[in-house]
Amino acid sequence: MIDSTIIIEKSVIIVAVFAITMVMAMYSTLAERKIAAWLQDRIGPNRAGKGGILQPLADGLKLFSKEEFEPNTPNRFLFFVGPAIAMSTALMTSAVIPWGDKLHLFGRDIILQATDIDVALLYIFGVVSVGVYGIMIGGWASNNKFSLMGAVRAASQMVSYEVAMGLSMIALLMMTGTLSLREISAQQAGMNWNVFYQPVSFLIFLICAFAETNRTPFDLAECESELIGGYHTEYSSMKMGFYLFAEYANMFISSTILAVLFFGGYNYPGMSWAVENWGVNSANVIGIVVLFSKICGFIFFYMWVRWTIPRFRYDQLMHLGWRILIPLSIVNIIITGIVILRHDIMVYLGL
Amino acid sequence: MNIESISLSGRKKMVSNKEMTFLEKMYLVAIIKGLFITIKHLFRRKVTIQYPEQVREMSPVYRGQHQLKRDEEGRENCTACGLCALSCPAEAITMKAEERKADEKHLYREEKYASIYEINMLRCIFCGLCEEACPKDAIYLTTSKVLVPASYEREDFIFGKDKLVMPLDVAIRNAQLKNAN
Ligand code: SF4
Ligand code: SF4
Repeated sequence: MIDSTIIIEKSVIIVAVFAITMVMAMYSTLAERKIAAWLQDRIGPNRAGKGGILQPLADGLKLFSKEEFEPNTPNRFLFFVGPAIAMSTALMTSAVIPWGDKLHLFGRDIILQATDIDVALLYIFGVVSVGVYGIMIGGWASNNKFSLMGAVRAASQMVSYEVAMGLSMIALLMMTGTLSLREISAQQAGMNWNVFYQPVSFLIFLICAFAETNRTPFDLAECESELIGGYHTEYSSMKMGFYLFAEYANMFISSTILAVLFFGGYNYPGMSWAVENWGVNSANVIGIVVLFSKICGFIFFYMWVRWTIPRFRYDQLMHLGWRILIPLSIVNIIITGIVILRHDIMVYLGL
Repeated sequence: MNIESISLSGRKKMVSNKEMTFLEKMYLVAIIKGLFITIKHLFRRKVTIQYPEQVREMSPVYRGQHQLKRDEEGRENCTACGLCALSCPAEAITMKAEERKADEKHLYREEKYASIYEINMLRCIFCGLCEEACPKDAIYLTTSKVLVPASYEREDFIFGKDKLVMPLDVAIRNAQLKNAN
């Protein structure tokens, strides 16, 4: 049913998702500073607006008004492209996230998802791995050794952890049998959350998500103590803001993916009851709220970890990725396979 | 007791370089322990003092900006003996002595006075030793919370008598207060 209303419907959803991602990323910066302060027995920014609620705006304004500095680089074009890639890939992943089941408005069912492609998970993996180009190009085009070093670290780290991440996903996919996030969400109705069936897979995915988003303890790409600012050393003003913003947008998206894949997405216990008794709309609005509280929980966890543990050393990072997480996820795949095929194996063994 | 087990600080720890086990290498247990420590701090009382609104209570022995006192008649106490300069560990004080003229009796209490008295505020550590050394009750470190204001020029930090001597009206007011009591 391709008609004009679907275009309006999808545009509204896309704009809404874009706005939400932006707002979440904006307020993640405030949350980060607040949580950092609280964990260190401080109060945190509280001057801009009540309780510091306008702090992100003030930060943004400050970044906008900063001098636009460009290093003397032969790759001026790439220097501009870097932050653009980082930002756009960070925003693209949200297209396939199911924010809720559906709403019933104006006599039609509105699916709360920008697009329901059946290889959604693959799409996310693809976009996320393009994201590293933003960092690499930016670092390389800066014409600065420290930036380059940061970029190289980011690239090798992402490549290493993508392997473990992919493998940890395979165990989950063997169980769900689909790549569509919508179906994966639907399968976890009630309390049938994947985390209870695939805890090891969840753990590996979580660790890899930290690495993929360049968050502490895996923030080697921008570790201040060794590399000044890492890949964005030479950036200033809003280009720098784009990189920082992309990091927070990435964190939001990966929290969303964690929530959707392992913590039941928009599902909450008693959702089907709510649909019957309170109607589709209110049940799904609650679903959206539930999804967002899960996401906020994960964002909090990201920050909590950041302000708890120090950065890994580079060899520890590689060691953890290649020699612990990858074998662990392979073992997990084998065990999952055995559990799924237990009846066939029993029959084969004649039990 | 042999020499190896003696610990002066009581905090001596043997460093061990043992191989970590597989579980330790995953760092998970240690990380979870750390997470519990930090989450406890989330609920702790915050130590921040909201400065312009809240002011930290000053210690009763707080030492602020110096002041060269006048006596009840408004005369400067300092006799330019130089003991403060001598006692100053930071060598912040310099002065130049002058003999009091006959028509200056209302200005200076002693026969000799300091025509120039300078404290280099960049050197001063506010130790208060000048105050302790002074035999004439001339120099005091006040409880004023306004310390040396910022400036671009180094010269601005050398405080002369214009900034150090107690204003005349304050001295008069002090004298009146004393008489009233
Ligand atoms: S307070 Fe201490 S350092 Fe400052 S002038 Fe007096 S003696 Fe010197
Ligand atoms: S301030 Fe006191 S110690 Fe210093 S020169 Fe004057 S009288 Fe002497």
